[in-house]
Amino acid sequence: MIVEPLRDLPATATSRQMTTNGTFHRFQGTPGYIATGPLVDAVNCAIALGRPLLLKGEPGTGKTVLARHVAEGLGMPMLEWHIKSTSKAVEGLYVYDTVQRLNDSRFGTGDVADIRHYIKLGPLGRAFAASERLVLLIDEIDKADLEFPNDLLRELDEMRFTIVETGDEIVAKERPILLVTSNNEKELPDAFLRRCVFHYIEFPDVATMRKIVAVHHPHLEAKLLDQVLIKFYWLREQPELRKKPSTSELVDWISALLRSGISQKQLEEHIPFVGALLKKEQDVDALGRYGTQGGKIPARWADLGPRYNQ
Amino acid sequence: MFLDLFYGLRDEGVPVAIQEWQAFLSALAQGLHGADLLRFYHLGRACLVKSETYFDAYDRVFARVFKGVEGQLGDEVTDRLLDWLRNAKDLPELTPEQLAELERLTSDELMRRFLETLGEQSERHDGGNRWVGTGGRSPYGNNGTHPTGIRVGGQSRSRSAVKVAEERRFADYRTDQTLDIRQMRVALRRLRQLTRTGLASELDLDETIDETCRNAGEIELVFRPPRKNDVRLLLLMDVGGTMDPYVEPMSQLLTALHDERGLRAFEPYYFHNCVYESVYTRARMLRADAVPTADLLRRLDERWKVVLVGDAMMNPAELLQPNGNIDPRRHSKTPGIAWLHRIVEHFDRVVWVNPEPTTEWDFVQTAKIIRRLFPMFPLTVDGITEAVQALIGARV
Repeated sequence: MIVEPLRDLPATATSRQMTTNGTFHRFQGTPGYIATGPLVDAVNCAIALGRPLLLKGEPGTGKTVLARHVAEGLGMPMLEWHIKSTSKAVEGLYVYDTVQRLNDSRFGTGDVADIRHYIKLGPLGRAFAASERLVLLIDEIDKADLEFPNDLLRELDEMRFTIVETGDEIVAKERPILLVTSNNEKELPDAFLRRCVFHYIEFPDVATMRKIVAVHHPHLEAKLLDQVLIKFYWLREQPELRKKPSTSELVDWISALLRSGISQKQLEEHIPFVGALLKKEQDVDALGRYGTQGGKIPARWADLGPRYNQ
Repeated sequence: MFLDLFYGLRDEGVPVAIQEWQAFLSALAQGLHGADLLRFYHLGRACLVKSETYFDAYDRVFARVFKGVEGQLGDEVTDRLLDWLRNAKDLPELTPEQLAELERLTSDELMRRFLETLGEQSERHDGGNRWVGTGGRSPYGNNGTHPTGIRVGGQSRSRSAVKVAEERRFADYRTDQTLDIRQMRVALRRLRQLTRTGLASELDLDETIDETCRNAGEIELVFRPPRKNDVRLLLLMDVGGTMDPYVEPMSQLLTALHDERGLRAFEPYYFHNCVYESVYTRARMLRADAVPTADLLRRLDERWKVVLVGDAMMNPAELLQPNGNIDPRRHSKTPGIAWLHRIVEHFDRVVWVNPEPTTEWDFVQTAKIIRRLFPMFPLTVDGITEAVQALIGARV
């Protein structure tokens, strides 16, 4: 267990933090996810305030995975809504399948008279209609149109919406815990941002990274891990790289190394399976050039500069 | 003094409104900061600041506002402070009216008592200073220059929140000074004009229903083309000579543009110092790469958006005289300024992006002349955003 339990909590919880059955819902992390103190605090702040938590950060820092672990840590079910460039806000609430109804009316199948048969709740609609509190992940909200988040403001504020076609109103019994991730491809509207709690997941430092790797590869030799991390952080320091390798790529790379049974000695001077770390042709070329020009790939932390040697 | 944080942020241009401030107070009232100044720092950031580009501003303001407070003893938590902060949870039980009335008072009161407690604390525990002073070398490992400095849980105690703020690790995320390829891409994403052209592949529901009705219930599906970006972009880049220091930011700009596959068409060309008879398809600018500028003007219609990138810094003769090209092998009877004129007149929307700092523009004669022709923007994320606005926004 890496995430430390929260300290210094007030002895009694205020009404807002209590759920109906009186238990105290507070995220403390899970063994499978290394959450830093500020991140745990941000999650709990969002839960306590009943506001969406907006997560940003470099790709591969675990924004999406966090939601699954929040759900797991709190023992709640989870819904995911993956946003695409064509997603519309109303689809998250419900979809009225007109074409199906039109088709049914033509062939006389289905109960065309009842429009409710053709209304399907979206992820947000299902989260509102659910009888228990759950975690809803809205993944990569920045992929959708610029106005997308604004279209959800009222629903998120009031936790209710009306199905226009039937006049039914769906009111959330329990405010779902909303986690929103953004890859920063578009700016989000101010009105939406004002309602969020924001956390920026920084790139993990070496100590945190060791813990993260330990979760995925618990039996990795310490010396081999050192070599792996030296190469990884050295690569990230290279200004020529167009796409820096991320945590998930590091984990994949270690899997590849372990499976090939590479020794620590071999790793000292080379970076095998570089394709697992570098995804752009120019980056692989740049590394190749560096090698042919006699550039040295460091094998000790001392070669990495003062930031890594304290 | 507590409100200094709020107004300090607003003065720094961080868009923080009363709504966020209330959320922050409510979070404090619920004790989410756990009586720890560092967690208070993170809580404030989570509630008040909504973009990592403002983290640096937050750090500066936080360091300024809380410097004196913390200086004496760090964020070591005292029993008294803890007691008091526990009491803060009573606040939400007040009626909403009381809460609203007390809001200003509450925050000042909060700060006053905070200070008081801290003051008393430093008198009684002189050891605290030393403990914090040597914190950097303590086994907790939270020293000031840690690589990226994420602390895990309890280790944060040995670290001062103001020191965290003073480190200003987020200075690189500021948009007014730095040029990050990701942010650049965000700025360029605005370069879009959606129109319906091309293959009809999207179901037009309204039309389908109308047609079906007209067809007496026989289903008639109607399709329409999806909305697509209609922006065509011509990029002309200055390379070599005085532009050499900018090769890196330029290649970032180019990469960002290449990745913008959303554009309908995109053509980059290179020139040296000023555009003459020819522009070049590659940065090495060999004769084989040359494309006559006149051809370009013939082929591309006025709807193309044009971005020129260059420092606009050259000998005035290169711009104004015939045969001004600095490369003697390439004679050009028409002065550069005439070519620039033709570009401005041919295309509807043209901008010049200048990587030199804006303060230098007035000291360069040629830059002053070119500014009269082109709207000029600095090569920063904010500058690019404005340039994009000038290319597609309403005319002013």
